[in-house]
Amino acid sequence: MAAEARVSDFGGKAHVALNDPKLRANFRRAMDGLMAKRAAQFDDPAEWTALRARGAAIRARALARLPDLLERLEANLTRNGITVHWAETPAEANAAVLGILRQAGAKRVIKGKSMVTEEIHLNAHLEANGITAVESDLGEYIIQLAGQAPSHIVMPCIHMNKVEIAELFADKIEGQTYTEDVDELCAAARKALRDRFADADAGISGVNFAVAETGTLVLIENEGNGRLSTTLPPLHIAVTGIEKVVERLDDVAPLLSLLPRSATGQIITTYVNMISSPRKAGEKDGPRQVHLVLLDNGRSRVYADVQLADTLRCIRCAACMNHCPVYTRVGGHTYTFTYPGPIGKILTPQLEGLDCAGDQPHASSLCGACAEVCPVQIPIPDLLARLRTEAVRPASPAVRGGGSGRSLADTLGWAGWTAMYSSPRLYGLSSRMMGLFGNLIPAWMPMLKQWTRVRTKPRFAGKSLHQIARERGFSND
Amino acid sequence: MTDPRERILSRLKSAPRRPLPDLPDWSPPAYGDQAMARFRAMLEAAHADVHEVSDAEWPERLRAILAGKGVRVVLFAPATAAGRRLARDWAGGEGPSLVAYDRPVEEMKPVLVHEAQAAVTEARGGIAQTGSLVLWPGADEPRLMSLLPPIHVAVVARSRIRDSLAETMAAEGWAGTMPTNAVLVSGPSKTADIEQTLAYGVHGPKELIVLVIGDAR
Repeated sequence: MAAEARVSDFGGKAHVALNDPKLRANFRRAMDGLMAKRAAQFDDPAEWTALRARGAAIRARALARLPDLLERLEANLTRNGITVHWAETPAEANAAVLGILRQAGAKRVIKGKSMVTEEIHLNAHLEANGITAVESDLGEYIIQLAGQAPSHIVMPCIHMNKVEIAELFADKIEGQTYTEDVDELCAAARKALRDRFADADAGISGVNFAVAETGTLVLIENEGNGRLSTTLPPLHIAVTGIEKVVERLDDVAPLLSLLPRSATGQIITTYVNMISSPRKAGEKDGPRQVHLVLLDNGRSRVYADVQLADTLRCIRCAACMNHCPVYTRVGGHTYTFTYPGPIGKILTPQLEGLDCAGDQPHASSLCGACAEVCPVQIPIPDLLARLRTEAVRPASPAVRGGGSGRSLADTLGWAGWTAMYSSPRLYGLSSRMMGLFGNLIPAWMPMLKQWTRVRTKPRFAGKSLHQIARERGFSND
Repeated sequence: MTDPRERILSRLKSAPRRPLPDLPDWSPPAYGDQAMARFRAMLEAAHADVHEVSDAEWPERLRAILAGKGVRVVLFAPATAAGRRLARDWAGGEGPSLVAYDRPVEEMKPVLVHEAQAAVTEARGGIAQTGSLVLWPGADEPRLMSLLPPIHVAVVARSRIRDSLAETMAAEGWAGTMPTNAVLVSGPSKTADIEQTLAYGVHGPKELIVLVIGDAR
């Protein structure tokens, strides 16, 4: 799977998703709930404004000094006894993780939820090399059993309802009888995973914030699986994107006050887990080795473009997708790649190239709901527009596949449009032509069909506004 | 320049320098004499049980609470102040029996993973804003105590409850003294992954019992 080149097919997949009433009901219910809970958390506009300005500045300041902070982070982690690995590509990151596991003789891995490991398709790579990786976040466990990818970056199995999950558990978990009772389903997962935790040779996790000043990895979660994955096995490997660094420990408090409230409408997650070293002498538990793999995968290329680099401020709260009228209707799988919704629409084309995800910046009405709720003020609609421009008029080497969105039909069409609108004579002539012959254009014409498939073709009036005005005695002068 | 570290850093360093934005003012909330009330209300909203008890009576009170839940095996940390109190006050009486977490995890897995029904830890402090316990596990009090058994009991001094995480970190100078692992615990383990329905105890403790000891600071 890792080596498989993927190309976005938003239009085709959206059509299928839109015609799936169960999927739409699952997303509608979930998104309505998440929006209401977030709104209740930020009911004081003054507090929201001040906190968000602080959060945005913390992330922007970290990015402004990214290379220095990464070096500082590495130095402090190393001083604390945590080994740092750098990976330019998903293949290098996968190889680094596999290398660490092999050196430790690890065969069984338990995983905490991590979108970066989804981005690099780590599980498939480990599986291909004889290492079993079991997801332990309940949502991730469910989709792993179902053989699917996450459809949301915070709630991975949000596209499934409990009937589907009940059927899946009865089918895949040994000794499990069919039940739709959520407590019983959770108990079944706890039971099935408990010994996987105890037997695991290694735990793999993501990172929410990496603190340069102290060499601390901050991980947040509600279930305790993240703490178990990073505490019980003798080896812990954390994988994160290079953009997750923050400068000071003080920066963590305001960001923690933004992230869970924006994500799930919780004032804080059940657990905030701050890891600064492996097990020290005298300590009775905790991993004996801790490693951090820093993944680039295009981020340093994006960083070269000052405007697009705002994408890297993201703290992965998912508020943008929860509030997106497009995401809510089509769900996460429509986006093909790991990161769906508005953040995915700007991040994926930059990581993968406009040539394979160039349709994503167009899957938006530019309504601006995402930018309104973003806790770190990423101007997502501006970046969508910028990427649309890059797709036809490439200006920045930071974006791969720039210019790939150009087609001869588009170029000719817009050239004709420009010519028509910049010459009064040509404009007059063509509007008269349309008045006379426009209604003869059949609805099934290639470019019209996209519109007329679900709508009635509009009728041209016999006379243009200019003609009528002139007949009534108005003059252009 | 063959190593990925050099390539990544050199690309980042060759990017245009950008101005360092100002850090706008922000102050975390303060609760004054309402801090304890807020701490309690937030924890209870997160499905935790909070008991305010005196230093003299908490071990007895806890024994009654746990016995009432049918708990027989309780994990404790013999080298902490709370652990010493438990060992002394529970000696010889009726009720749950104490098992010490005093050896490396590798030697204690069956007890930790399957047998212990509850564990008692100290909390270094509390945070009113979010209803959080501050845990700094270490050599005397291992990390898994607050995580593996189905019931976690935390003992916290009322005088150690502060308004916010920001205040706690600043007042206690965390940046210079970060331990192996620092944890904030704000309720029992929970999930809403199935249809956004809350369920407790999916991997960590199903119940969190907080004993707040003593008078206000």
